[in-house]
Amino acid sequence: MRRIMVGVKRVVDYNVRVRVKPDNTGVVTDGVKMSINPFDEIALEEALRIKEKGLADEVVAVGIGPADAQQQLRTALAMGADRAVLVQTDASVPPLSVARIFRQLIDKEQPFLVLLGKQAIDDDNGQAPQMLAALWDRPQAVSCSKIEIADGKATVTREVDAGLEVLEVDLPAVMSVDLRLNEPRYVKLPDIMKAKKKPLDTLGLGDFGLTDAPAFRTVRVDPPPQRQKGVMVKDVAELVNALKQKGLV
Amino acid sequence: MSKILIVAEHDGARLNPSTSKCVTCASQIGGSAIDVLVLAADGAAVGAEAAAIAGVGKVLVAENAANVEPLAAVLAPQVAKLAAGYSHVFGPSTTYGKDLMPRVAALLGVGQVSDIMAVEGSHAFKRPIYAGNAVLTVEVPAGSVVVATVRVASFAAAAQGGNAAIEKVDAGVPLPAHTRFVSRSSATTGRPDLQSAARVVAGGRALGSADGFKIIYALADRMGAAVGASRAAVDAGYVPNDLQVGQTGKIIAPELYLAIGISGAIQHMTGIKDARTIVAINKDGEAPIFEAADIGLVGDLFTIVPELEKQLGG
Repeated sequence: MRRIMVGVKRVVDYNVRVRVKPDNTGVVTDGVKMSINPFDEIALEEALRIKEKGLADEVVAVGIGPADAQQQLRTALAMGADRAVLVQTDASVPPLSVARIFRQLIDKEQPFLVLLGKQAIDDDNGQAPQMLAALWDRPQAVSCSKIEIADGKATVTREVDAGLEVLEVDLPAVMSVDLRLNEPRYVKLPDIMKAKKKPLDTLGLGDFGLTDAPAFRTVRVDPPPQRQKGVMVKDVAELVNALKQKGLV
Repeated sequence: MSKILIVAEHDGARLNPSTSKCVTCASQIGGSAIDVLVLAADGAAVGAEAAAIAGVGKVLVAENAANVEPLAAVLAPQVAKLAAGYSHVFGPSTTYGKDLMPRVAALLGVGQVSDIMAVEGSHAFKRPIYAGNAVLTVEVPAGSVVVATVRVASFAAAAQGGNAAIEKVDAGVPLPAHTRFVSRSSATTGRPDLQSAARVVAGGRALGSADGFKIIYALADRMGAAVGASRAAVDAGYVPNDLQVGQTGKIIAPELYLAIGISGAIQHMTGIKDARTIVAINKDGEAPIFEAADIGLVGDLFTIVPELEKQLGG
């Protein structure tokens, strides 16, 4: 079975204006809209397109998070994933542990491709794909904007500071996806009904020999420093004057 | 005492300024010794540049034909091996460092601190989360190797005038052949580099087309500025992706940032928070960009921008 594993993380929806808790222990997540990490949605879309081209047989969505993360996995199933696995924990799982969980799931699932978002928009770490590739001793392609698969290899285009970089990697491999790879499909109502019947297995951290002890200690979380509100000018001449006064032109 | 290894970023010929900013970050960890590691096919020129950064104790040059392109899978095992004896391993939070450093951390069996924006102690750092809408202070356990990427916009370049010893090293580890470089394309423009420019003129979706964006280039050229763009302008195909400023593009800290026809989505603001002066020009006076702008001008950009270019010419 030619299988693709996809990571699906439950995060605060990207449209939510995040607020820091008054006690500085984190950000407010109670009663806040949660969604699939947008980069993971792109990863899933790419996996589905690869399958629809006849280059894969099965897409498995893997989530790590609280019981409610089932909602995001059901959405992934409604988009078209064949089955899902939830590693259930209320703890915040650091990227190295995420990589260790995926590494063990790889032994079981034997995917030829692992597709992950380039970062989760909550902790913005951007580490798990590269860490997984290291633990697996396989190629990594980070921030992909194009993926072509043929003959046991993949040609990928990556977004880098200098522009675009093309790599050829042997499969199996880990790829992390960037915004411009594709536009994820919308979920249709019949698919949501169908998704309810698809298999969703639940495991625990203990199944991977991991505990919920954090790797790093969160000392505190603060709001970002605010910029002072500036001045409005009425025309170009005033703008040029203001810039000159600041010595900027 | 902390012993810090900085993994240099370069293009084979020149050291990237991000390396010098990592040195500044490392120097804020009190009583530290700072070495720079250059992985290259031929590291002579880059090694010499690194040795001239003030505060660098030693430059380690690992030359190997396989290091001609910065492939994380090839570089990481060498960095992990050569990191023995160091308490900290830092790289820049550029696409180069973001690709490489987590792979190094995993090989060392430790977590990574991404995007250090401030040093609070040898094992405590501030870093942005939620697209910069919150700042996390995080502490790595004492005794654990600290692997981290440094947010280059948060640190100034270190001074020149150093004279570090240069030492050739060889990690002596097997390197994989499963990842191969094919090509790299960048739109070289002759304009200042967006990441390091003192002035940046950036355009958004309101420019309307690639053709409309020409007034941004013209103003930038008049000002000797680099050109940037919002994600919306990149997605609409007005400009290539390497001009994108924001959470998923470049995070920059110029002296002057001109945001033209950019509404100021939080993902964009993340990329320019550290700019010294932000000027916003937008026809919508309610646009969120004005919340953060030092100077705002409401009006039609197709009238304002050419007029601005004209007045700056005099």
